[in-house]
Amino acid sequence: MPTDTDHYESSVRERRAETVAEFKSHKAGPLQRVQHALHVTPALVPLIVLLVSIIVFGLLLGSRFFSPFALTLILQQVQIVGIVAAAQSLVILTAGIDLSVGAIMVLSSVVMGQFTFRYGIPAPVAVACGLAVGTACGFVNGWLVSVMRLPPFIVTLGSWQIFLATNYLYSANETIRAQEIEAAAPILQLFGAKFQIGGAVFTVGVVFMIALIVVLGWTLRQTAWGRHVYAVGDDAEAAQLSGVNVKRTLISVYMLSGLICAFAGWALIGRIGSVSPTSGYDANIESITAVVIGGISLFGGRGSIMGSLFGALIVGVFSLGLRLLGADAQWTYFFIGVLIIAAVAVDQWIRKVSA
Amino acid sequence: MSIEQKREPILKGRNLVKRYGKVVALDHCDFDLYPGEILAVIGDNGAGKSTLIKALSGAVIPDEGEVYLEGKQVHFHSPNDARHAGIETVYQTLAMSPALSITDNMFMGRELRKPGFRGKWLRQLDRAGMEKFARDKLNDLGLMTIQNINQAVETLSGGQRQGVAVARAAAFGSKVIILDEPTAALGVKESRRVLELILDVKSRGIPIILISHNMPHVFELADRVHVHRLGQRLCVIDPKNHSMSDAVAFMTGAKEPETEFEAA
Repeated sequence: MPTDTDHYESSVRERRAETVAEFKSHKAGPLQRVQHALHVTPALVPLIVLLVSIIVFGLLLGSRFFSPFALTLILQQVQIVGIVAAAQSLVILTAGIDLSVGAIMVLSSVVMGQFTFRYGIPAPVAVACGLAVGTACGFVNGWLVSVMRLPPFIVTLGSWQIFLATNYLYSANETIRAQEIEAAAPILQLFGAKFQIGGAVFTVGVVFMIALIVVLGWTLRQTAWGRHVYAVGDDAEAAQLSGVNVKRTLISVYMLSGLICAFAGWALIGRIGSVSPTSGYDANIESITAVVIGGISLFGGRGSIMGSLFGALIVGVFSLGLRLLGADAQWTYFFIGVLIIAAVAVDQWIRKVSA
Repeated sequence: MSIEQKREPILKGRNLVKRYGKVVALDHCDFDLYPGEILAVIGDNGAGKSTLIKALSGAVIPDEGEVYLEGKQVHFHSPNDARHAGIETVYQTLAMSPALSITDNMFMGRELRKPGFRGKWLRQLDRAGMEKFARDKLNDLGLMTIQNINQAVETLSGGQRQGVAVARAAAFGSKVIILDEPTAALGVKESRRVLELILDVKSRGIPIILISHNMPHVFELADRVHVHRLGQRLCVIDPKNHSMSDAVAFMTGAKEPETEFEAA
């Protein structure tokens, strides 16, 4: 007797207003509009912070800071962190974290150097081996995270120690000096090659960093793989049910992250000239800092990779600006700490609107 | 019933068994869905409805038994297998990425690429094509009050999200659509809208499996009601000949179905 499905709903059926599936934008105040804009383009905050900090330091320091030379010096100083932050961004977008980025970077650079000088392998082949080692390290991380289902923080906390120890054991703590590299295998220092445009000084590493960010930004936005990275970070279970191969996506992200870190290792040789197993040990914390200041959510699925470049540049602007002002270097850390907390607070605020 | 017996079920389960340790979630369960109908599946919590549905949609691999789609035996190892075969499921959780757009969500896992070099080698997505398709599908189902196809799913109301999820299923589900508790999280008005949507999808000739706890909704929509109890199909009843209290009595074991019912 379906008739006793009674008529408590008939009033709804007959007299309802057809507004159920309507997008109601109740009078958006200026604050809400800002919130919405940030929700759509999360890299906006770090961009504004970056521009404001450049202007403030420019006003305080005049042409000492606000010159093509000083500004491109910042680019050179952040190139390593910028490249590593690109790798870190990919992992953090999947709601993971990679503490081993610095270790992978150093290990790869040591492989490039030692393969060339210990075994006499042609430098380009040694570079390729270094890149392969970085990718393999990323694969190990990705396999443990996706197939073994271990938490990324724990996996990379462990692999950080393992890769770093491997690096020291393999290199026997031995540094390959810059002069030797310059004489025998200049290709290792390729990323350090400089060229000038007016007063601005660029290196191959800087160009690589910018190109990398642009290419990754395009890929994340314009390809299915990129959309899957976001979907996995947003809600891995939903992504799986919608037909995304979550395991493969995660492994590919960690492998790509490893490969990018290996490129950072190559760039590191160009930056410091030598191959040193003790260099770049804090790249993991610096890269996470850049990513967080860049507005990428540590909870995954939100943010743009452009933001991480802006984040790295903000750190660079603060450290150079404060140094030129003659301030204690600790002030840099102080302000970076403030920025990190502020960035996470903004992230939470943006999430609140959207719900 | 005689008509039904002559018709071939589009989706059929036979002797399905699924055990979780000592718990038998499916105990030699049968299942039949006929073309063009809405079949409701009801059962108390823990009766094994979800497991049955998961076994049919590939999310769970049954320990024993067979699943037939259009008379041919199929072996689904993942929801993707079922999806490729034309069975779409709208999960209770909706399985959508809140931060991504409506278009992104509709095409998640089956994106369209641009033709030519940019699509083949750069693997660039055909955004315009996907947006047009998504807009058309939402239009078809009268959901076009959603203004911006690129707005994030998390900015939609519960009913709108459900609408998008149903539209996604209707757009790609060529053979069967499974709806798991589509109205459980919705208000009265929104439920009403979604029920109309379901009838609209049915009118396109796609058979629907509806899992619901809401008896008025079940009795309003369903052509037949599959009552699930203790991991088995207890009976299948015609909502026109039974009351909701009968259904609840069967479901809870307060009443045994008579022999004239199509017992399992």
